[in-house]
Amino acid sequence: MNFLFHTGRYFLLLVQILKRPENPSIYRKQIIVEMDYLGLQSLGIVSIISVFMGAVLTIQTAFNTEHPLLPIYAIGFATRQAIILEFAPTIVSLILAGKVGSRIASEIGTMRVTEQIDALEIMGVNAAGYLILPKTIAMVIINPVLIVISMFLGILGGYLVSLITHVMPVGHYLYGILFDFSPFDIFYALIKTVVFAVIIATVSGYYGFYTRGGALEVGQASTKAVVMSSIYIILFNLILTQLLLA
Amino acid sequence: MIQVSNVSKSFDGVPVLKDISARFEQGKTNLIIGQSGSGKTVLLKCIVGMLECDSGSILYDDLDLTRMNFSQRRVLRQKIGMLFQGSALFDSLSVEENIIFPLNMFSTMNKEEKRERANFCLKRVDLQNVNHMFPSELSGGMKKRVAIARAIANKPSFLFCDEPNSGLDPITAIVIDNLIKEITKEFNITTIINTHDMNSVMEIGENVAFIYKGQLWWEGSNQDILHSGNAYLDQFVYSSKLMHKLKK
Repeated sequence: MNFLFHTGRYFLLLVQILKRPENPSIYRKQIIVEMDYLGLQSLGIVSIISVFMGAVLTIQTAFNTEHPLLPIYAIGFATRQAIILEFAPTIVSLILAGKVGSRIASEIGTMRVTEQIDALEIMGVNAAGYLILPKTIAMVIINPVLIVISMFLGILGGYLVSLITHVMPVGHYLYGILFDFSPFDIFYALIKTVVFAVIIATVSGYYGFYTRGGALEVGQASTKAVVMSSIYIILFNLILTQLLLA
Repeated sequence: MIQVSNVSKSFDGVPVLKDISARFEQGKTNLIIGQSGSGKTVLLKCIVGMLECDSGSILYDDLDLTRMNFSQRRVLRQKIGMLFQGSALFDSLSVEENIIFPLNMFSTMNKEEKRERANFCLKRVDLQNVNHMFPSELSGGMKKRVAIARAIANKPSFLFCDEPNSGLDPITAIVIDNLIKEITKEFNITTIINTHDMNSVMEIGENVAFIYKGQLWWEGSNQDILHSGNAYLDQFVYSSKLMHKLKK
């Protein structure tokens, strides 16, 4: 029953978000600001995690696939596929759900409990649209950029670890990451990224927008936003993988 | 003018407002008073449309708020200014940006005109050289003034104030009260103030509505309130030792 209530209210909120903006130029400016807050300010963490995960993936794959029948370049191939298909779009989106999702929910939740959202509504502003739509559009634009950077850095991490630790010959790694490359894999990853961006922004926005109470409830809304965004990302990851790759 | 007729509201079957009717005049400071939990905030929220009343009508001049759809309400709300209990200034915006915000959304003014309007509003509430400060850098009284400046920026026809004096010292509270009264007269707007502060009642209460347990018990001016003959109102008015001594 509770699930149905939240689902219904979430979709009603989406309808509200998609209503015509009062002044589109304000929304456009807000999108640029949000691209910086939600996207560029996440570049650091995404970069660090991507490089190290790429490196660890390469080492793990190298140690777990030592077999005379397996060519060495398969390590590079497996690393590339894992990074492009799953690590960059899904794991990085889960990390962003934690970082960006909690930020969105706590920002909007605080605005709710300090009556700032009431002030917007009293002015005649569509508060849901003004607060959530620019964030959603900003994430839909900037997250694919972050994910492509993550893919590049992940593969670079694998290259660096090959170069530094000699876990495998660099030449084989380079051959492996170019072997049997399908551009559709990138397309698939970007589709997932866009869907996950919408989930992070709207689910977190939803929990922030309907916060009631005070500081404690803002914290709870933030936690719920992260948990529910993560669950929906994993669920939609399965659905999209089945739809696009099966 | 705002006319409230037979408004009722309940939460989970518990009645909070019971068949309230009142008239709030244009160009006057209309006060809704009552003790905490009496239903005055619910009434104010019903009047501005933040809560839906279960029955009754709320007329803004000739327009019935209870019959309006979302879009019609948005248009009406552009004529409304509201001062919230906690000021509700946008934390991430400077004072000037806060005041310009409604103008950015709804006016066709250019940048320079908006800035001029913001400066005019700030001057009107006796604040200067705070344009680039942020709400976190302001005192409670200054926040209230900025909130008033933002509320009048878009030249509203209706001004609502929810506990405008809460958290303020008595002197600042009187300054804010008088500011609201002056603005009401100057721009000839319909102002409704929600308060339980007897100083405000005596200072600016031209039309006072007393609510007790969700019902309207008395209406009149601050001139009459001390001699209302209403037991509940007397209990409220003379609840402080100061008022009690004054009465004696």
